[in-house]
Amino acid sequence: MLTLNINGQDKQFDIDPSTPILWALRDNLHLTGTKFGCGAALCGACTVHINGQAVRSCVTPISAAVGQRITTIEAMDEDRIGKALQSAWVRHDVPQCGYCQSGQIMSAAALLKTNKKPSDADIDSAMSGNICRCGTYQRIREAIKDAAATLA
Amino acid sequence: MYIKQSNHSAPALSRRDFLKTSSAIGGGLVIGFFIPGTTRFANAEQAPVAPSAPNAFLHITPDNKVTVQINRLEFGQGVHTSLTMIIADELDADWSQMNAQLAPAGDAYKDPLFGIQMTGGSGSINHSFTQYREIGARARAMLIAAAADRWNVAPEQCHTAKGMVLGPNGHKATYGELADAAMAQPIPQKIALKNPKDFRIIGKPMPRLDSRDKANGKQQFGMDFALPGMKIAVIAHPPVFGGKVAKYDAAKTLDIKGVAGVFQIPTDRGGSGVAIIADGFWPAKQGRDALVINWDTAGVEKVTSADQLAQYQALARQTGTVARDADISALATAPKKIVAEYSFPYLAHTPMETLNCVIDLQQDHCTLWVGSQFQTFDRAAVAATAGLKPEQVTLNTLMAGGGFGRRAVPTSDYLVEAVHVAKAYRASGKSGAVKVIWSREDDIRGGYYRPSHVHRAEIGLDDKGQILAWNHVIVGQSITQGTPFESVMMKNGVDNTMIEGMGDPYEIPLKLSAHTVKANVPVLWWRSVGSTHTAFVMETLIDEAATLAGVDPVVYRQKLMGPKSQRHQAALKMAVEKSGYGTRKLPKGHAFGVAVHESFKSVVAYVVEASLEKGVPKLHKVTAGVHCNLAVNPLTIEAQVQGAILMGLGTTLPGAAITLKDGVVEQHNFSDYTVARMPDMPRVEVHIIPSSDPPTGMGEPGLPPLAPAFANAIAKLTGKRLRSLPFNLESA
Ligand code: FES
Ligand code: FES
Repeated sequence: MLTLNINGQDKQFDIDPSTPILWALRDNLHLTGTKFGCGAALCGACTVHINGQAVRSCVTPISAAVGQRITTIEAMDEDRIGKALQSAWVRHDVPQCGYCQSGQIMSAAALLKTNKKPSDADIDSAMSGNICRCGTYQRIREAIKDAAATLA
Repeated sequence: MYIKQSNHSAPALSRRDFLKTSSAIGGGLVIGFFIPGTTRFANAEQAPVAPSAPNAFLHITPDNKVTVQINRLEFGQGVHTSLTMIIADELDADWSQMNAQLAPAGDAYKDPLFGIQMTGGSGSINHSFTQYREIGARARAMLIAAAADRWNVAPEQCHTAKGMVLGPNGHKATYGELADAAMAQPIPQKIALKNPKDFRIIGKPMPRLDSRDKANGKQQFGMDFALPGMKIAVIAHPPVFGGKVAKYDAAKTLDIKGVAGVFQIPTDRGGSGVAIIADGFWPAKQGRDALVINWDTAGVEKVTSADQLAQYQALARQTGTVARDADISALATAPKKIVAEYSFPYLAHTPMETLNCVIDLQQDHCTLWVGSQFQTFDRAAVAATAGLKPEQVTLNTLMAGGGFGRRAVPTSDYLVEAVHVAKAYRASGKSGAVKVIWSREDDIRGGYYRPSHVHRAEIGLDDKGQILAWNHVIVGQSITQGTPFESVMMKNGVDNTMIEGMGDPYEIPLKLSAHTVKANVPVLWWRSVGSTHTAFVMETLIDEAATLAGVDPVVYRQKLMGPKSQRHQAALKMAVEKSGYGTRKLPKGHAFGVAVHESFKSVVAYVVEASLEKGVPKLHKVTAGVHCNLAVNPLTIEAQVQGAILMGLGTTLPGAAITLKDGVVEQHNFSDYTVARMPDMPRVEVHIIPSSDPPTGMGEPGLPPLAPAFANAIAKLTGKRLRSLPFNLESA
């Protein structure tokens, strides 16, 4: 039995400690906002925060997160930056299929936590690990800048 | 939730009759629309003569909500919003009362033109525009009739505004208040549609209905659907298409905590594989990794890409089956010549959500939850595999995280396999639903690729660079041969999906022939299909001819376009003017590139700005001129163009190729199969030509002209023509 703190709540897991956080969230807690895209830290769809830092949950075993604070997209509206990003996402009509967008927002939130006024280059480099096959990148850039402006 | 119908008996129906039924849930007005089977494709499930319970397209409930059933898959292209806009406008509803739901598999939801339920060919808006308008207009007329009855006035004395009926004496009522009474009204057979100039919602940039849920993680995709006690399955597929399990050892797999069963199952193309069923994805995947499988691949062809390329190149030097003839005798004597050979690799679709489906197989019924682009075929294939009738299969359509064609498979490969998994599980004495999940590796290595192609062109030009004769040969696999689409898409032995996009809009003496090759690699439509390669060939060759002629490539194109090309002309002019082509001075080392192409009835022209950064092609800016007739939702169209640009750009990048060695796909994941990322994204400006003609589709047409426009810009900088996708500067 292993205890993880997810979105402020302690949750117990009776599964293999090597299980990636992604699958503990999805299959055990039915928190499905965090997405599976590649399983190999190559696409960013599974991005969550551990202690505020963006982490690819598909390659991070639950055993590595014991005693840490895990935050998922489901709790982003309780986060000042997360909420600002979600509003900007709606204002800019960012999502298309939407499948990558949880991960995009989690990466963007981690960026804005450390960089309050990111340039295009900052955004491109912080977001380059998040694939969007629908091609929403231009609106993501705009929405991040807009969110940054509303937070300033 | 899908709205259940009561057993209201339906009157005898004529084609395109509208029906109303009472709704079991919530009451109110429900309008159904039924098209008896007009299936153009062989093998498609036959529609019954008259429906016993017509499906609702539109449901107005007494709480004043309007819910529209979407007869398509929403997978990013925006039909969830735009089809709802179409009904809302004719209904004269208030936008805030509108909701949308994806319709399950059902005869009512078949494409009015194709006669099967499907999402593809950029046809959702193009084919359902009038259908959805008529539904909205009929419902509005019935609401007015109900109000007129209630107020004892003539219907002509009433009008509607934003979800209200307004009468002559200050009467007013919401649609919700009138919904039940409207049910008692006859459905008008003839109905006047709005004059496009009176549209309030159609043509306006409307934000998507689903953006909030997609920004907060609440949107449910197929991958997210779960039932109590549901198991997760993964499949070990043969390493070569059609290969079989010789023997396997599951001892280690069965030791893994959470693994519930291991079964050998039939897989696509007559092969076999091993399914691992477990409590979650992780034990299932670990179980798959722990399996020891000996494969038998003796009886199947093993393709090697390098050999295939050589074979295609040799074939391209011979005339194939002629699809379009022309007098090309001038080739022999033409003073100038272009001889060009092009190659294109297999491409995987890689939607962000990998293939998956939840299946609940019972004795006499099967229910699926899946993001399908092909409900009619999928339902029939599931029924056949399960030994059931199509009506014993319920297929619920869930939103999908992209598709680009991969969820429109004539063989229903992934669903047929899912049925085999469910059958094996049931046969072992277990019951309950199973979700089959494809890993990214399964997705990239699992076939159904955009076919690889070689093109060879020989063009004779006069001293001024005018085209005298053009001999063109295309080599590749057919997408539709052997599928229900063959009868409509193969003409005289040539698959139209291989040659579409060749020639037009230019008036040129083009002789076009094709070699249809068979290879043990499953192929499929991939966003914009044939135009993924034909547009590249056409638009880079025309550009080259212009250079040879010493004529500006825009002017050269304009002169070569026939009189029926006004939309091409308009799109090109728009892109040229808005981009500053020919007037704006570019930074040193930058160049413009141009291309224009029609696909799926829409025309897109691009003027791009590109450079070489340390020898690597870099796309900076794209200005688009778009002609899609009436732009139903300009916001969606802009997004589709941005997305198509990004995907088209992806095809130019190193590593954007599926290759095979001895039958085995060499790529695995996004590490060795390249897709475009944020730093690749150019600045995009989209300009739509105003029009009130019936809308044409925009899901695909933005893709084809991107790569050639980019290549033309690079050619201007290097003086060398790029002859392949992905770009290969060395061989240029
Ligand atoms: S699923 Fe974790 S990075 Fe792709
Ligand atoms: S919105 Fe579809 S993958 Fe990003």
